[in-house]
Amino acid sequence: MPVIRRLTRLLTAHLDTQLLIVLVLLMGVGLATIFSGSNQSVPRISSQVANIMVALGVMYVFANVPPHYLRRIALPLYVCGVLLLVCVALFGEIVNGARRWLYVGVTRIQPSELMKIAVPLMLAWYFDRYEATLKLKNYIIAALLLIVPIGLIVRQPDLGTALLISAAGAYVLFLAGLSWRIIIGLGIAAAACLPFVWGMMHDYQRQRILTLIDPTQDPLGTGYHTIQSTIAVGSGGLVGKGWLQGTQTHLDFIPERTTDFIFAVFSEEWGLFGNVMLLVLFLLVIGRGVVITANAPTLFTRLFGGAITLTFFTYAFVNMGMVSGILPVVGVPLPLVSYGGTSLVTICLGLGILMSIETHKKLVQS
Amino acid sequence: MSELTINPGVELRNSRLEIHHFRVRLAIASIFVLCMFMLLFARFFYLQVVQHDYYTTLAEANRISIVPIVPNRGIIVDRNGVLLASNYSAYTLEITPRKIADVEALIDDLSTVVEITPRDRRRFRKLMDESKSFESLPIRTRLSDEEIAKFAAHRYRFPGVEINARLFRQYPQAELFSHVVGHIGRINTHELEQLEAKGIEANYRGTDYIGKVGLEQSYETHLHGTTGVEEVEVDAAGRAVRTLSRSAPTSGNNLVLNLDAGLQEVIYRAFGDFRGALVAIDPTTGGVLAFISKPGFDPNLFVDGIDPVNWKELNESIDRPMVNRALAGTYPPGSTFKPFMALAALTLGKRRPEQVISDPGGFNFGGHFFRDDKVGGHGMVDMYKSIVVSCDTYYYMLANDLGIDNIANFMAQFGFGSRTGIDITGESRGILPSSKWKMDRYKQKWYAGETISVGIGQGYNSYTPLQLAQAIATIANDGVMFRPHIVNYVEDIVTRNRTVVEPQPERTLQLQPEHLAVVKKALVGVNKEGTGARAFAGTPYISAGKTGTAQVVAIKQGEKYVESRVQERHRDHALFIAYAPADKPKLALAVLVENAGFGARAAAPIARKVFDYYLLGKQPTPLKPDEGAAGARD
Repeated sequence: MPVIRRLTRLLTAHLDTQLLIVLVLLMGVGLATIFSGSNQSVPRISSQVANIMVALGVMYVFANVPPHYLRRIALPLYVCGVLLLVCVALFGEIVNGARRWLYVGVTRIQPSELMKIAVPLMLAWYFDRYEATLKLKNYIIAALLLIVPIGLIVRQPDLGTALLISAAGAYVLFLAGLSWRIIIGLGIAAAACLPFVWGMMHDYQRQRILTLIDPTQDPLGTGYHTIQSTIAVGSGGLVGKGWLQGTQTHLDFIPERTTDFIFAVFSEEWGLFGNVMLLVLFLLVIGRGVVITANAPTLFTRLFGGAITLTFFTYAFVNMGMVSGILPVVGVPLPLVSYGGTSLVTICLGLGILMSIETHKKLVQS
Repeated sequence: MSELTINPGVELRNSRLEIHHFRVRLAIASIFVLCMFMLLFARFFYLQVVQHDYYTTLAEANRISIVPIVPNRGIIVDRNGVLLASNYSAYTLEITPRKIADVEALIDDLSTVVEITPRDRRRFRKLMDESKSFESLPIRTRLSDEEIAKFAAHRYRFPGVEINARLFRQYPQAELFSHVVGHIGRINTHELEQLEAKGIEANYRGTDYIGKVGLEQSYETHLHGTTGVEEVEVDAAGRAVRTLSRSAPTSGNNLVLNLDAGLQEVIYRAFGDFRGALVAIDPTTGGVLAFISKPGFDPNLFVDGIDPVNWKELNESIDRPMVNRALAGTYPPGSTFKPFMALAALTLGKRRPEQVISDPGGFNFGGHFFRDDKVGGHGMVDMYKSIVVSCDTYYYMLANDLGIDNIANFMAQFGFGSRTGIDITGESRGILPSSKWKMDRYKQKWYAGETISVGIGQGYNSYTPLQLAQAIATIANDGVMFRPHIVNYVEDIVTRNRTVVEPQPERTLQLQPEHLAVVKKALVGVNKEGTGARAFAGTPYISAGKTGTAQVVAIKQGEKYVESRVQERHRDHALFIAYAPADKPKLALAVLVENAGFGARAAAPIARKVFDYYLLGKQPTPLKPDEGAAGARD
């Protein structure tokens, strides 16, 4: 018995129980909602269960990888990612009007997905390396490291991913202690650039923003998603229409019911109480991440952990904001809940790293 | 600086300070996170609590669709139950133009699967021009089972094209009843506005057709029925998922007419190649037994929207088949006016029946010689003879003695110059000339000379065959006048309740029975020994009638009308008014044959066939209108 117990402890030593419980709960919510949103499709559920297994496997692996290994691959990963983005710009495949995919031998990959991890990792590594002598110059170089991949992703165009990566990068810069004066200055400069940015945007991107301001101006076109998802949320009321009972969901009024707009399904069927429960679950993940980050031993782990935690928040916030009609429609899934392997693996990879930071700190200190 | 780096204590303090700075930043970020989640919560609260009712309504509106169920239109049958307008169910191939980028290309493509004739294309193009693009419009009707199966197999190639089962209107009697039953057609913008003005447009939701003319139009409210409603749950694509509630439609009421389809056919055939009109009325009720305007047209062409080629053909035909001659065509009554003139003379005391005039072959008035039809005149003529031989001179003099306004006042009682109020619309009023009428119409005073030809039914006189039929029916019924009505009763298809169109005596004319007797005796005389004698030779019943001829073009003074010299379309119209049996009339009629010459020759034989069929049940042997004609002119 003691052998088994010891073996179990050894195997689970690098897992964070608190984080694991919450994320499994969120995945459960996801499965229940996918079941409803897919009109009770069993293949969808089994496919998502497989995704979850893979994601948990990836999480387990990364929870057991000490953070300094990650530090070592930061620079090569970043360089590799930027090169892939350049390849996409040159030879990428166009799908739905955007050049996001790269065909490598047997399969297509989306390098911008990789950059969601690689960019904050690179910035954390960079600040950690120049920790003792951080000057304005370093921040400028860091900003350049951020701008290059973002510029390439915006050109694809993939505004949603670009914004998420910008956010991740900005979190690192902020946590690394970027001076308030510069932050405020940048804020003003950004506001001043808005008309210029507007001019550079694609028509469909502008349309999304205009639609956010007044979805009714194009109710059958770009406003349709927002109008229908807002109706779904609003008609859910306090306690919702009940699981599998959402009319907006089951009569096909909500688009992308198991992926980007899964929150509309959840919200319609579980109401305000369900939404609050979901917000609490997300806050528990973020809160745990903040605690882990605050106690992290090195600047690298602090910055990277902070970036992972805040990026997770950003995913959740942007998705729920988009579904409830306060943010424009961008292709961001609801973390751990939406159907789909890629985002699930990316998120779990990040959470695995958080676990690794937490469980390896004693080793670093000792 | 080098000191600091080698001093571990300083480095530690520095690191602690750094951790402190980091934690401050992390705390700020956490507050930001909390604020954003509060914002989300506020948004959820707003949507799900504050605005909940609003969004619930929207979700329900999304989910529930009210689908109208169109009622079956009432059918129309004749007095013996012969179908005149019925419904049949058929499959149509329909296109929703809005969903299609290039309709022509689509139709080309469709024609490889289902046969589409050039006529179908023309009709569809016309429909497209007339309707809103979101409506689904039929390109082909009456698909065969084979065609349905063929299309179903290719359906995926044609989004925006679908097969629908629809009820269609059919007029089995085609042109025989086209001017009385009328037809339906697609509701146009103007009709929609009218429905809205009446506040009944809701009942027409889902209905594509409305009565356009004839009984279909005048009895529209009875025929249409009440639209039912089905509440269905629909998905985002608009497909019905399930029915939530349903209130059944109520079918429209059936019309049972006074008309006799057999009689109609007899008459239509009796006209032969001639154009004209005939209205036969039951004098004791006003029920219309036959109503013919020839040529007719096939009303079935109009049901799905007529195609431009057929439309042009109908509209530009020299025979003008679209004109309802019986109802809207006005013609000088010619000599058929004389019995009414005689009655006026008796009633107003201007003539006694036995009073005799001398007919020298015409009447001179103010240096103008009004010619009698018979060269040399009819000699000594009393009232009986004046009608039987149709003496013009007698009536020239009489008209002069009566004066135009006395004539007008008397004739107005018979309905001349005013609408009869028959239960179909589009009726002409005709012209009953009077000095007031001329002043109103031409701003000129009446000249006494103009009165003379009014006496023989010429001049400004102009009446519809329907008015003539009503007038002769009134004489037949001893002055009790009924409003003519085509519909006998309206039958509720569910309760079988019959709403009878009550025969309503419109008025009883102030006529002396002995005066009526004089005129009626003379009318019998016409068919016995006068201008109608040849046509009515050997009837087992006694009939009464009066022939008439209406000039189409004025003949110059002193010139003789020679039929063979006149262009066919300028020849005189033949008229005949009659009733039978003379003692107890069952049927009164007026018949007009366009450009057929003398009334006795062309019109009277048709009346004979009507009486033979109606009173004796005798099918006429095919014979030409010329046969049995009298040699004498009226």
